[in-house]
Amino acid sequence: MQYNWNWAVLITEPYLGWIASGFGWTVAVSCAAWIIAFFLGSAIGVMRTTEIRALRIAGAVYVETFRNIPLLVQMFLWYFVLPEILPKSAGDWLKRDMPLPEYWTAVVCLGTYTAARVAEQVRAGINTIGRGQHFAALAIGLTPIQAYRNVLLPIGYRIIVPPLTSDFLGVFKNSSLALTIGVLELTAQTRQIGEYTFQGFESFTAATLIYLAVTFTVMAFMRRIETRTAIPGMISLGAK
Amino acid sequence: MIEIQNASKWYSAFRVLNDCTTRVAKGEVVVICGPSGSGKSTLIKCVNGLERIQRGSITVNGVSVGAPDTDLPKLRAGIGMVFQNFELFPHITVVQNINLGQIKVLGRSKDEATDRALALLRRVGLHEQADKYPAQLSGGQQQRVAIARALAMDPVAMLFDEPTSALDPEMINEVLDVMVGLAQDGMTMMVVTHEMGFAKKVANRIVFMDEGQIVEDTTKDEFFGTRRGERAQLFLSKILSH
Ligand SMILES: Nc1ncnc2c1ncn2[C@@H]1O[C@H](COP(=O)(O)OP(=O)(O)OP(=O)(O)O)[C@@H](O)[C@H]1O
Ligand SMILES: [Mg+2]
Repeated sequence: MQYNWNWAVLITEPYLGWIASGFGWTVAVSCAAWIIAFFLGSAIGVMRTTEIRALRIAGAVYVETFRNIPLLVQMFLWYFVLPEILPKSAGDWLKRDMPLPEYWTAVVCLGTYTAARVAEQVRAGINTIGRGQHFAALAIGLTPIQAYRNVLLPIGYRIIVPPLTSDFLGVFKNSSLALTIGVLELTAQTRQIGEYTFQGFESFTAATLIYLAVTFTVMAFMRRIETRTAIPGMISLGAK
Repeated sequence: MIEIQNASKWYSAFRVLNDCTTRVAKGEVVVICGPSGSGKSTLIKCVNGLERIQRGSITVNGVSVGAPDTDLPKLRAGIGMVFQNFELFPHITVVQNINLGQIKVLGRSKDEATDRALALLRRVGLHEQADKYPAQLSGGQQQRVAIARALAMDPVAMLFDEPTSALDPEMINEVLDVMVGLAQDGMTMMVVTHEMGFAKKVANRIVFMDEGQIVEDTTKDEFFGTRRGERAQLFLSKILSH
């Protein structure tokens, strides 16, 4: 079999547009999912470090559930199963009336899945800080919530910038699973170009390079953030 | 000012505090000493509710620390606390450390808070370090900032938990000097320390703890005089010998 290389296909319309639009959806899914993951994950991570037993248990149940069900299964559960087990009106809304149903399902699925990972990082970050700081924050009269907001979380986030970066890149890579429920993100578009043009090698090469480029950009950006937020005079907070 | 009555606390089966009763009157300086593990830190953490007692009662200025309807953050804001390991917030500057509680808890404006912070830093001899981060200061300097942070809340009493025992010897005095100054200004103080020089200079009373119990609660003169209990005698001879 002779394969006819034709790189030009990548810059031919409509295929260039498909790649661009796929990339756009990938970014849109990843960023929205990350916002959910970050805030929900922070809240759950905090819950797991509080004195209140019920909150700790609830947090642990969340993390173990979402971390241990394969992401692909979760994607199908959200998309195919959830509308059927909800009350009829809610299920119908999900199936018929919700705008961009595939997109939002993918976002919620990836966001809640990644939140479990973020929660574990946040918990580890806060636990590294030690009880003394927590006591000091409470001793000046901060409420528990103020202590988290002004002391424990700002220090904790600094400790976990590197693992958070890899979790963000995880969302970005996992977003390709959204194609299984019909989101035309980068991988889906790439596959489609392959099917239309029989130039699958070229299109997948392009996709690979795009994924890599984004990964390297994000890593460089996060390293900047890490240096920018580093605490003067402190070699490594994590070692404290 | 601080009333501790029959306070007991357990960590599961282990009794950390055993029926402790003592009081600190307004303007009084009480030094707490005793061997490691005797419950000194636990006792003073119970005074501002960082730890809870399971039996007995503790009141500060008439407010019961353990009562369910007590506004603990408010109570704590009125009691300064200084820790063995300083516990300055590492991610913000010295002046921001002193401002945090003033702004978030007392509702002072940033300018008001900063004025107060700089005045306090001057008092502890550190006004030139205001914009440094804690990790850029020596231990003695950090502890003085920690004292300023506590004072910024205009506390009615100050708790110290071994404020000099994490310090290199040459830095101990700069911290003790600040504390002596505070005592002489009439601050109500409860100080866990083994610095007997400090106790001799400013303490009104000495509380000696052992195995969770207050075994001696005497005036300074009695303590350093002859009428000292056997265990306290043994302990004192150990710490004074080095
Ligand atoms: N969170 C905890 N859980 C279980 N046991 C604890 C806890 N905190 C303290 N203890 C125990 O309670 C006892 C009293 O501790 P505490 O820190 O009050 O002693 P201390 O007199 O301050 O000693 P040191 O001079 O070493 O600071 C110790 O035996 C300690 O091991
Ligand atoms: Mg102690």
